[in-house]
Amino acid sequence: MIVIYLIGSFLIGAGLFFNRRKLLNYSLVGLFLVLQCVYTVYACWHYNETVSNYFTFDSLGIIMLLTATIISIPAAFHSYIYIEESEEMTPGSRATYFGALVLLIAAVSAAYMANHVAVVWIFTEITTLSASALIYHHRNKLALEGTWKYVFICAISITFVFIGILFLSLSFANSGSDDLSYKNLLLHSNSLNLSWLRLAFLFIFTGFTAKLGLFPMFTAGVDAKDKAPGPAAALLSSIVMCMGFVGIFRMYVVISNTSLLHWASLVVGIAAFISIFIAAVYMIKVKNIKRMMAYSSVEHMGLVMLGIAAGGVGYYAAILHIVLHSFVKSSLFFQYNQLYKVFKNKNISQIGNYFKYNTTGAIVVLLAFISVTAMPPSGMFVSEFLVFRSMFEANQLVLLIVVLLLLTFIIWAFAKNIFKILFTPVVDFDESKVPSISPWRSLSQFVLIGGAAYLGLNPPPIFVDLIKESIKLLPI
Amino acid sequence: MLHVLLIVFLISLFYLSIANRMTTYVNVLALQGIMLFFVAFLELKSINTINLILILLETVIFKSLAVPIFLRYVLKRNHITREAEPFVPNFVSLIITTVIVVTTIILSNTMEEGKLDKMFFVVALSTLFTGLYFIASRRKIITHVMGYLVIENGVFVLSLAVGNEMPMLVNLGIMLDIFASVLILGIFLNKIGDVFKDIDVNQLTNLKDY
Repeated sequence: MIVIYLIGSFLIGAGLFFNRRKLLNYSLVGLFLVLQCVYTVYACWHYNETVSNYFTFDSLGIIMLLTATIISIPAAFHSYIYIEESEEMTPGSRATYFGALVLLIAAVSAAYMANHVAVVWIFTEITTLSASALIYHHRNKLALEGTWKYVFICAISITFVFIGILFLSLSFANSGSDDLSYKNLLLHSNSLNLSWLRLAFLFIFTGFTAKLGLFPMFTAGVDAKDKAPGPAAALLSSIVMCMGFVGIFRMYVVISNTSLLHWASLVVGIAAFISIFIAAVYMIKVKNIKRMMAYSSVEHMGLVMLGIAAGGVGYYAAILHIVLHSFVKSSLFFQYNQLYKVFKNKNISQIGNYFKYNTTGAIVVLLAFISVTAMPPSGMFVSEFLVFRSMFEANQLVLLIVVLLLLTFIIWAFAKNIFKILFTPVVDFDESKVPSISPWRSLSQFVLIGGAAYLGLNPPPIFVDLIKESIKLLPI
Repeated sequence: MLHVLLIVFLISLFYLSIANRMTTYVNVLALQGIMLFFVAFLELKSINTINLILILLETVIFKSLAVPIFLRYVLKRNHITREAEPFVPNFVSLIITTVIVVTTIILSNTMEEGKLDKMFFVVALSTLFTGLYFIASRRKIITHVMGYLVIENGVFVLSLAVGNEMPMLVNLGIMLDIFASVLILGIFLNKIGDVFKDIDVNQLTNLKDY
């Protein structure tokens, strides 16, 4: 099935790229969404089975795949609206956009399931290629700058991951095996050469941070989300980040079964703390709303990795948090397009009194803000609270207090900007040109935010079981 | 013989760090490709012949012919000036490269003795960090690309070191080479040349937070 899925989505992508007729384009996208759903159902049906040697439908992969499928359907819908209403749309740019979109979703969905470190790496390369086509959609100077930075930093980071894989193969020195699948690595975790494993983890971790959006390679992602069209930015800040997380998490599971657990959690924790610090610093001075949302993603990834570093209940919280963050942040980016349509600007000083022009959209922004800052009725409150509890249980009280302080700054900066957008009128804003936006277009955002609240406050038992299953190999 | 080649490879890095002209960079990259050809030929003894031919072709045709020819074409077409214009003096560059090499030698001595020849480790890691240093210290975008190509050569050296046991990894390395080079060189260097007339990183600072 996975071979059919990959070949099918590749053919659909190629068909989209070469065929520029409108009806055919959209029916191909529809066909891909059907294929994506069939693949997801197939994966759930064949839970814990290995297919084609390199893919295992394990619990972590299934959680992430379900998230990706749920997000990709509204992403296709909002892309349709975005492309059709764009003034500079040509049949060529539409074909390239949807071709790249299909390829991105397919590569990410395959990477979740890969059970071999080199296969994950190959699909990471493909996401770089397709994401760069999405970022360069507008074909102007700024888009080119964003794309160039993204491609260059991602190229360096996939090289880093490759070096990590080479070191990983060297760490097999004494065990007499050379199969680099995660299962085999876990099987031989006692006989791995620790000094090589240390280097391997450092390089693989650094490489995947470009996709995860964590210090040190987070800059590429921020520029990319700024320049990519809204729906593409939603995918970049949700499912691509999940892919980076899967890449790091599977490696972390291997290393946590050796005596390097403490060292690895220290590395992850330092990177996570610096990410939160950087996010706090930039959030205070940022004036571009899209970049503000991108920095908020950096902050949340920092929290996720803090949960991983703290251990215990933190593992559970980390996976819950990254899933909820994907839902909420993608809905915020979907909503961004309507905001831009009203104000034709992404500078916060030129945006204001949104409630007056698009009430439904403003409610989405408000709800998403409540979720992103993890205020109590939202789902992310639960996961963030669990992250803090895990840090408390790991006796990291000083770190916890500093992180909470930084989060206060972030919430203050976020709230200042969001309330400006929602309530404060802009001086000399021409109201006559404001288009009316159908409230139905916000439906998917409500569903995503509501889903995040439901999963956080009252998680269905099967979801809890899946998360527990995926963290069972980690030492408590 | 193998070690002599690797040491010459290391010396080429020192030469790059003080090179002034763009064509020197291109020539050194081509020379490194040829050296990698011989290293691969001498090192990969227990690999099957077809795979070996593929690897050798990649080093000669891709690394030392296609990429340098393309770089020369880009240099000519976009009228890029011949000077490399580093941010720091050449003397400082030389010292930093030396520090990098010495550090990797010290690091290699702390590693446990595995199945890896230490020489490969030292050359590969110092090439990697020197490439990163080139990217950080040069002004033109095309020198950034050359720095990236240097990094790739370093990774290739490392992948040769494990190539006898795991030929798959060498092939993956070749895939990385071709994929990233085509993506970076083919698409974007062309585009950037069209949009930004004088290619300089200072023009790529418009994406800001405010």
